[in-house]
Amino acid sequence: MNGPDDAGSRRTGPDAAGSAPGLTRRGFLRKGVAAAAGASAVGAALSPLREVDPEDLPTLERFLQRHYKEMTAAEKQAALDRIAREVEERYELRPRVADPPPLDGVEYVYALNITRCIGCRRCVHACVAENNQSRAPEIQYIRVLKMEKGSIDVETSDHHYDPELVPQHESYYMPVQCHQCANPPCVKVCPVEATWQEPDGITVIDYDWCIGCRYCEAACPYWARRFNFAEPAVPADELNTDMSYLSNRPRRKGVMEKCTYCLHRVRRGRMPACVEVCPTGSRKFGNVLDPESEVGYILRHKRVFVFKEDVGTLPRFFYYFDERGSRYHEPVEPVRPGEPA
Amino acid sequence: MRRYLTFLWQCARISFVGDWRYHAWMTLLTVVALLGVYAWCRQLAHGLVTTGMTDQVSWGLYIANFTYLVGLAAAAAMLVIPVYVYRNLHLHDVVIFGELLAVAVIIMCLLFVTVDLGRPDRVLHLFRRFNFPISMLTWDVIALNGYLLLNLHICGYLLYCAYCGRKPSAAFYVPFVFVAIVWAVSIHTVTAFLYVGLGGRPFWNSAIIAPRFLASAFAAGPAFIILTLQVVRRVTSHRVGDEALLTLRRIVQVAMIINVFLLVCEVFTEFYTDSAHLASARYLYFGLHGRNALVPWIWTALGFSLLATVLLVLPASRGLRVLNVACVLAIVGIWIEKGMGLIVPAFIPTPLGELVEYSPTLHEILVCLGIWAAGLLLYTIFVRISVPVLAGELTYEKVYRRRAEPDLNGPAAS
Repeated sequence: MNGPDDAGSRRTGPDAAGSAPGLTRRGFLRKGVAAAAGASAVGAALSPLREVDPEDLPTLERFLQRHYKEMTAAEKQAALDRIAREVEERYELRPRVADPPPLDGVEYVYALNITRCIGCRRCVHACVAENNQSRAPEIQYIRVLKMEKGSIDVETSDHHYDPELVPQHESYYMPVQCHQCANPPCVKVCPVEATWQEPDGITVIDYDWCIGCRYCEAACPYWARRFNFAEPAVPADELNTDMSYLSNRPRRKGVMEKCTYCLHRVRRGRMPACVEVCPTGSRKFGNVLDPESEVGYILRHKRVFVFKEDVGTLPRFFYYFDERGSRYHEPVEPVRPGEPA
Repeated sequence: MRRYLTFLWQCARISFVGDWRYHAWMTLLTVVALLGVYAWCRQLAHGLVTTGMTDQVSWGLYIANFTYLVGLAAAAAMLVIPVYVYRNLHLHDVVIFGELLAVAVIIMCLLFVTVDLGRPDRVLHLFRRFNFPISMLTWDVIALNGYLLLNLHICGYLLYCAYCGRKPSAAFYVPFVFVAIVWAVSIHTVTAFLYVGLGGRPFWNSAIIAPRFLASAFAAGPAFIILTLQVVRRVTSHRVGDEALLTLRRIVQVAMIINVFLLVCEVFTEFYTDSAHLASARYLYFGLHGRNALVPWIWTALGFSLLATVLLVLPASRGLRVLNVACVLAIVGIWIEKGMGLIVPAFIPTPLGELVEYSPTLHEILVCLGIWAAGLLLYTIFVRISVPVLAGELTYEKVYRRRAEPDLNGPAAS
């Protein structure tokens, strides 16, 4: 940082010389020295640009790439090929980069049983592994809150609980991730339409279009969006090579990312990684338009609520609790209303 | 056209001409601005991790400065309204300094938004897919750039007319002046709506934010101009009457009273209701669970604002010394309150109740100082150009006739 300082202080030269009429030798020398000093100061100020990752430089191909929704089939294929090529160069692994389309007649909904959740955070880590999130600094889409029994106020929750064994007595656990709102504030605020809702209800981001203003992060009432403050780092041996354009392909620094309900899995009939890993079966996922689906049953029969109903986001993520047989309640005999139990 | 090019050339030339104090000042600003460039280049190479921002507090000093400066830019209207609407003669000679300030400050605003972007290389995406009118940020892009163009046109036209030695034609600038008045209110309203429209942030989700923005802008802006005009009159030959400063004093006085009143309204509503939405406000004013980084700042800001208001109401502030103290207090108080005091606490606690505090890094501070230096540099150049041009000392006639004369005499003498 000495560079700009030193050189800058000599910049008085051109100004003084500029006022001198004609071109005297002294004036010429002073002008030359000052111009050189000024140029080296600017050079020193710009010097950190040498540290820019060459892969991060805007190439013509990237610059000309259009918004996801505007791409033709051929352009989309070219983009997928480019991503595969970049992954191969970087990780020396051959990925499968696809763009599975939304399925007709499908609207995905998530239901989470807060009576059963034991707060083991396996979902958090399965999600990181599945979706190629940066490991250092680690980006997690799911945040598990340890709640005080008798309160639904998140301000009294503990985000960083770390006991030897879970669950702990006198508390329950409430995992929060993207609620895939039907009225998403994040989509509304994006100035360049880099994020939108897909026909199957999943809100996605075009990582190649996001300008990184973080307005969506400020708008989200569920703190579900994450920003790549640094260049994401994923070890090659932990890379998930089953990738899709709108979900888990590697991101670059300076863009937003978020949970996509594992779009690359669910659109091919698999469950999201967090559902698959949950040891207690607290996580349920499915197509709400299918009357036979498990989530349909839960919404019809369980005690269901949505988080922050008052902000009007219409989440596609529901919490529910069991009436009986849970770890909090002994089985109860049915009683007539009005009679003492 | 050729004459316009000579105008631009003369503007560029004269901005390098001055006495040693001018050169020292410009050199200092250049050095600080280059330090800012250096820090920003590092941020480009390594990402926003060089700042103190996190996923929890995702906007910080950049957006805080941006918010404050939008108000400063809007304040030019407070000089324009008395002159063009009420035909105030005291301010007539200085109104252009307000408009030039607006130009420099809007450029600073745009710089602050740019450095806040994670991918400034993709800023052109705004032209290819523009989420208008749904996203308030697109409204802000239009409002700020429109205001910049309006003021550039007004100032540029007036200066160029003075350079050509002709009387400006009202049709070419007066309509723009009136559009700019409305536009000045709009830039600040739109910037307030940027925050107000977010249902997930109860600290911002209040209708009083936009009026408070305007009141504080119309206090801090003219206060800044009072100080600037005194510098202009000290270091240049431009005449600035005390009446002009005292007219501005009355504007700051009224705006400051309204500002404090609106603040009281807001604080009362928040704390008397005592609802769960209070967490951010409680964090700001008293600290929450032992976290209280902003508490000393906000109480300093409140103290400054109240003291400034009292000073401005007292007749003592008709004296320039007291007036200057009051102006500095108002500017600093409002900068803290509208910058750090409005942006940061909305993120603390997070929507999930997590308490993560924010403090800017050295890098972030360097970038901010760099942008302030760049803005001051621009404004100094504007003043440097406009004073001789408006005084009729630098005109096309004078520069190019005089230069032609020695040529005519030269051969005759030899």
